[in-house]
Amino acid sequence: MVKKDSGITFNLISRQKLEHFSSSDKLKYILSEVKEGRILVLEHGLTPTEQAQLIEHTMKEINHDTFIGIEIGGYENEKVGFFQRVFGVAKKPRMTVIGPAHLLRMVHKDNDMIETTIIPGKGVS
Amino acid sequence: MGLLERFRESKFSKMIHKVFGKNHAKIGIYGPPNVGKTTLANRILRDWTGDIMGSVSEVPHETRRAKWKNNIRIDNGGSSLTMDLVDTPGIATKIDFKEFMNMYGMTKDDSRVRAKEATEGVIEAIRWLDDIDGVVLVMDATQDPFTQVNVTIIGNLEARNLPILIAANKIDAENASPATLKSAFPQHPVIPISALTGYNTENLYTMMVKEFGKKRHKKRR
Repeated sequence: MVKKDSGITFNLISRQKLEHFSSSDKLKYILSEVKEGRILVLEHGLTPTEQAQLIEHTMKEINHDTFIGIEIGGYENEKVGFFQRVFGVAKKPRMTVIGPAHLLRMVHKDNDMIETTIIPGKGVS
Repeated sequence: MGLLERFRESKFSKMIHKVFGKNHAKIGIYGPPNVGKTTLANRILRDWTGDIMGSVSEVPHETRRAKWKNNIRIDNGGSSLTMDLVDTPGIATKIDFKEFMNMYGMTKDDSRVRAKEATEGVIEAIRWLDDIDGVVLVMDATQDPFTQVNVTIIGNLEARNLPILIAANKIDAENASPATLKSAFPQHPVIPISALTGYNTENLYTMMVKEFGKKRHKKRR
């Protein structure tokens, strides 16, 4: 992890862009961006299965000198009503923020707010 | 042997269980690192078999491989549950070997080895989710419960239609707030316990027999 002077990049990723990916491509994309030192705000988050897979992939990618893992926070899935469940509408994941753990720290999260802080002076060149 | 005991051992009783519920389940103890999973596993084993599961430590990621014990029988009044208990490594989204050095005084080499093994442990814990029938999710009642690890574990279990009991551990600590956990996850039973002292574990056992004995249709991923 090398100090970087050029600031920190936030990418706000639209739901349309994410829907374009297959599940595995989405995870590859997210992890490669985060490893590059970018913080991603996903308009449409990950399903619980995808979150577990992302953690699994992250663990495989950890390199003690360059990448210590991710910080992730998202709102709970949208509640689905009775009739939507009857017609097979699945719970939709909501907005999620993901970043490299050496750069982004989750301060507090509840049902209505995700509070994060950027660790100053860090980044990947 | 009393009448009740004879009934419990009878073919009729077993048939009733087969139709209405299950009395043998594989139960995983899950949670983030350092919430007291192995302390709880040891408590359960000590109470029901006299055995222990593994060593505990204040240094996170002490359990880096899943451990299990089979055929642990919990009795609760007229009901019982026989389970295979799996103590899983703590699930985390980041592992920094420098934390072991700076906060717990470990050597650089030991810290690197521990961190490497911890990453493998997280993967193993996640993979065990495919193979269990229910989960005791251990949370530290002194900490903020809204962590993504907790949310991810609960989401995965709900997607599989698996029963979850939340053990709000460490209520012997002064700043414990099990009420915060209850309000954070109102959809699941939350049982305040101290795995260290054994406080309220009887209530946890009652809930385990009740919740994990139910017949459910497990969904596969």
